Amino acid sequence: MQAPVAADHGHTSSTGISNTKLAMWVYLGSDCLLFGSLISTYLLLRHRSVGGPTAEELFDIPFTSVSTFVLLMSSLTMVLAVSALMRHDVRLNRIWLGTTAMLGAVFIGGQVYEFTTFYREGLGYTTNIFGSAFYTLTAFHGVHVTVGIVMLMSLLGMSFRGNLGPERSETVETIGLYWHFVDIVWIIIFTVVYLIP
Amino acid sequence: MTTITDDVPAEAPSGHGHGLPSDAQYVKIALLLAFITVLEVGTYFIEEATTTLLVGILVPMMVVKFMIVAGYFMHLKYDNPIFRRIFLFGVCLAVVVFGIMLTTFGFFSDDFLRFPG
Repeated sequence: MQAPVAADHGHTSSTGISNTKLAMWVYLGSDCLLFGSLISTYLLLRHRSVGGPTAEELFDIPFTSVSTFVLLMSSLTMVLAVSALMRHDVRLNRIWLGTTAMLGAVFIGGQVYEFTTFYREGLGYTTNIFGSAFYTLTAFHGVHVTVGIVMLMSLLGMSFRGNLGPERSETVETIGLYWHFVDIVWIIIFTVVYLIP
Repeated sequence: MTTITDDVPAEAPSGHGHGLPSDAQYVKIALLLAFITVLEVGTYFIEEATTTLLVGILVPMMVVKFMIVAGYFMHLKYDNPIFRRIFLFGVCLAVVVFGIMLTTFGFFSDDFLRFPG
């Protein structure tokens, strides 16, 4: 039996390329410019503070390393969620989606803890130009992770309502693209902001 | 009109040209990423390391991690090449634009930190 592609993937064009996926890639390509601007601004401003604590005094690399590891593993669980749904394993898909959302929440919890600690140690958003650049960059990333968690929870809700079967694996894959991109951005932030003095 | 048939494998929806990695392969890839991260963090404990040395070590590791996640987890290695081109265009445009911006502000010059504020 043959069925139109549009019935399964909803937005596939006559070229055979999924419009939804194409739109996500275009968005991710444009998001590179957003994070590029934030990272380069941070690089320009990080050593320009004339008062207040500096990066070297504040950063807790072992703690941030654990957060990084958590986000990295969330990429694994995300890709396993996509893989499970492609194999028609809805139950496993739910487990991996839930795990990914939970790991994302742990990462955000770590970021909130880090921000709170920095604030207690004297680095507010307007304390110095390093603080402004640092909080803007990392908070923008945090907002992206939070949006990702909301999307994952929505997928989980759809799954429990029976609206996320194997025929919609591309939806999970597209959300997965966003999640992996957030991970990629953190790979850059972790190196450029935290590890390179 | 483009159609899809029942005998299309579930593992290859929407333009994946080749078979995707298995779950075991994904776990191996994640372990490799974790190993590279451990190496990155290890550089933090090298007290004698200069910034130039750290940049030389950390940036290539960052690029490798970036490529692994994009290639395998985001399926760019297996998916339609148009996605790869679109994403690379965004990445390259960001690198060029902000590279020019950093150069304009003298970020790569030796005098950069001599004139703070």
